[in-house]
Amino acid sequence: MMQLPCPCCGARDESEFVCGGTTHISRPDLEATDAVWGQYLFFRDNPKGLHLERWRHSYGCGLWFNIARHSVTHEILAVYAINDSPPSTVVPAAP
Amino acid sequence: MRYSALALLRGALAAHRNWTPAWRSPEPKAAYDILIIGGGGHGLAAAYYLAKNHGISNVAVIERGWLGGGNTGRNTTVVRSNYLYPESARLYDFALRLYEGLSRELNYNVMLSQRGHVMLAHSRHDLESLARWANAMCMNGIAAELLSREEVAELIPALDMSPDARYPVLGGFTQRRGGTARHDAVPWGYARAADALGVDILQDCEVRGFLKGAAGQVTGVETSRGHIAARRIGLAVAGHSSVLAQLAGFRLPVTSYALQAMVTEPLKPRLDKVVISPGTGAYVSQSDKGEMVIGGGLDLFPSYAQRGSFAVLQSVVAATLAIFPSFSRLRLMRQWAGIVDVVHDSSPILGPTPVPELYINCGWGTGGFKAIPAGGWLLAHVLATGRNHELAEPFQLERFITGRLIDEAAASGIAH
Repeated sequence: MMQLPCPCCGARDESEFVCGGTTHISRPDLEATDAVWGQYLFFRDNPKGLHLERWRHSYGCGLWFNIARHSVTHEILAVYAINDSPPSTVVPAAP
Repeated sequence: MRYSALALLRGALAAHRNWTPAWRSPEPKAAYDILIIGGGGHGLAAAYYLAKNHGISNVAVIERGWLGGGNTGRNTTVVRSNYLYPESARLYDFALRLYEGLSRELNYNVMLSQRGHVMLAHSRHDLESLARWANAMCMNGIAAELLSREEVAELIPALDMSPDARYPVLGGFTQRRGGTARHDAVPWGYARAADALGVDILQDCEVRGFLKGAAGQVTGVETSRGHIAARRIGLAVAGHSSVLAQLAGFRLPVTSYALQAMVTEPLKPRLDKVVISPGTGAYVSQSDKGEMVIGGGLDLFPSYAQRGSFAVLQSVVAATLAIFPSFSRLRLMRQWAGIVDVVHDSSPILGPTPVPELYINCGWGTGGFKAIPAGGWLLAHVLATGRNHELAEPFQLERFITGRLIDEAAASGIAH
């Protein structure tokens, strides 16, 4: 079984967690066009490779947190707080 | 070579040395009228209908691996058309009607077995939602019958109907035309029939990029076997739709997940229906070889891994044993996963993309196998004419902008 590193509780079985999908999606302005809203609500990069996503330790401490995971190998490359940007080791900061 | 009882007899007398390969393996030509990316059921069916319905046979199907090695070979072989909304009912019932004539049409036995598809109710609320579902089907002209507890017990003697059953069965409903087909036979049958009409099938040929013209339209693809030009291109790559879309320069409202299935060791006939238990989260049928074929819900995190997690496997097996306790001694022989392309409303995307001359067939999610003949037919139609078939009209990519979704999540059987 896959194990996920909860920042609060340490490594726990996947069955204790719920995946909240792609992270770092920001809500557009309320006056945005339908096309922008559609992109925000439904369209995703869905990458084969590095994916930045949010998980919740639902059947544990309840904490939301972010991870960087490879979507083929499921290797977890980074764990970081829900409001943080991904570490520069996995996603180089924009120049 | 036409398959028949006579051909089989002739083969037997000739020590079976007379059989020829079912399709050619040609070298890619420099250019085709139409290219189809994805040699699964939908792509091969599209190639066949392009040649058959539209007389366009200068067509190639490009497949990165081998034919039917993706979801077409990884599903639970169930066919049915029990959907809720008129648009979907028309679409999926068209697929089922094509399945009903497919063995004859392709001269290839797809082993369609309309053994009946039974949905179980384990609570009063289940009974109400099944009544709504069956009534919606009847309103759409698709036969469905509500079943009492006694009728379910008679149809499926293997179910645990004891008074202290963990999940009591209170009733159910059935679509008698539902059933199974042999998964591998569907792509093989379409490939053989398309090849006979002149379509080139190119396996081991990976698409690495798209070639584009001055107006931004696609003009061909860059592959592991060289450049191939085409006037129009169709994409039918299921779980890898987002990857190909990214190469072409657009995004899709798709998330890829692993969907698992498994089979037990073979046993004598025990179950002659497809049984779905939405309440417990499992569905089961018995293959013609005798294996119990078991499926359940998605692994609910994005994945391209083609293998499922043990947590989900465990819950699907537990659900199966809760309704069929007599299966508890069976050993699992194989377990696998396919990468399915899930969209927000659980309905497919069929038609043009933001890139001119590039058309898509994706978003079937957990239910692509049952739709293969229709998906192929409609992709062929839009590739040949440049216009959507009326059955495909409600299923456009732009519905995710306009908000006119066709939410069939409740009809996928198992909640995902």
